[in-house]
Amino acid sequence: MHHLFVGTRKGAWIFTSTDGRKAWSVDGPHYLGSIINHLVLDPRDRQTLVMASSAGHLGPTIMTSRDLGKTWSESSQPPAFPKANEKGEGRSVSHTFWLAPGHESEPGVWWAGTSPPAIFRSEDNGATWEPVNGWNQHPMYDKWCPNAPTPDGELLAQISICSDDKNHMYICTSSGGVFETTDYAETWAPLNKGVEANFLPDPYPEYGQDAHQIAVHPKDPTRIYQQNHCGIYRIDRPGDRWTRIGENMPKEVGDIGFSVVVDPREIDTAWVWPMDGTDVWPRTSPGGRPAAYRTRDGGRSWERQDNGFPTEQGWFTVKRQAFVGDGLDPVGLYVGTTGGEIWSSVDGGESWSNLVRHLPEIYSLQAIEV
Amino acid sequence: MNILVPNQLQAYTGGQSRVTADGGTLAEVLADLDTNYPGIRFRMIDEQDRIREHIRIFVAGENAASLDVPVPRGVEVQIVGALSGG
Repeated sequence: MHHLFVGTRKGAWIFTSTDGRKAWSVDGPHYLGSIINHLVLDPRDRQTLVMASSAGHLGPTIMTSRDLGKTWSESSQPPAFPKANEKGEGRSVSHTFWLAPGHESEPGVWWAGTSPPAIFRSEDNGATWEPVNGWNQHPMYDKWCPNAPTPDGELLAQISICSDDKNHMYICTSSGGVFETTDYAETWAPLNKGVEANFLPDPYPEYGQDAHQIAVHPKDPTRIYQQNHCGIYRIDRPGDRWTRIGENMPKEVGDIGFSVVVDPREIDTAWVWPMDGTDVWPRTSPGGRPAAYRTRDGGRSWERQDNGFPTEQGWFTVKRQAFVGDGLDPVGLYVGTTGGEIWSSVDGGESWSNLVRHLPEIYSLQAIEV
Repeated sequence: MNILVPNQLQAYTGGQSRVTADGGTLAEVLADLDTNYPGIRFRMIDEQDRIREHIRIFVAGENAASLDVPVPRGVEVQIVGALSGG
């Protein structure tokens, strides 16, 4: 059975396929009207569902389900900063943006990234959360997170845990770039050499980049792809300098976007979803012709994959958690648009078809087999 | 005293728009409310005890600026979701 978990600006939906990803049934809406930034099924137990929720009027919270959304429980201690001392104003969590199940060796552990950019950790499947002070109170925090907000606030946009070491993690932030820890989030260092930040006086700073998304390869975590605000990059650790593989994209398409997806079996295979970063940054499909681009040689070359998409007047905008793979063989790919459409491919992007229309603005997808 | 609960928070009160809570200040009233309806407070008050941006709380008809506001016995506390937009 295959599931597609969908978070939108106005609620959550769950799609299920029992025939090999051909036909899908729909369940929802769940929490209609709530802002669902991320909805994630735990790939370790394939049972625990965790949802980052907020609402226009109300503060943020975390909901969990152990029965695929039939019933929900609210976190009794959602992500929240400590109370400020007498002198300080004190920070307040606006919303949780990213949810990451912990390492395979730590069942029940989850990590959350929020706006403002902070990390919280749960040891009980999302029921309670504690701040991760190694990041949240880092001496460099005010420089790494200079309160330079995106339209959705300043973000800690992603947390990735290396498959071979629970202590080795990477995070993406919207105003600092990529940071790395090798001691389970106790200490952190920037990892941005070679990554452009063309909106800053120094276009190649130590930190200050806008890292939209990274893909740490599950089979070989030394290989990392990055879709940055300013281009597509790749790094092979322990190297410490990124290479702009987006230079190899067609110039008329460019290498601006939010998402990057990898094939879990092939370290040289990855997909991106380019969007128009020219002029006033429309962030729509370049030329009104939606397409994924795939590399099978680590970014040395890219091939266009648009079979099935509109050939004109298709102005898709795809947010960073809304282009995902399902990890199957062949890889299934899913694209959710801000116009409420989901398009899917079950052949690694060779052909695409529309799965659903008329949902609210899609914020996140997760495709997983149960 | 009576607490008027807006639609946005009635999932916590079992659908009730009017519940009761006790306390001499707004902070105490909301603490008592949260004891009876766990989780409701954090949705309207942040971790620094600030009333969230799109929540208004009226005590005896007066807009409360903070949780220190006294709540005289018998007055009504009205919680309002204050937001426009689509």
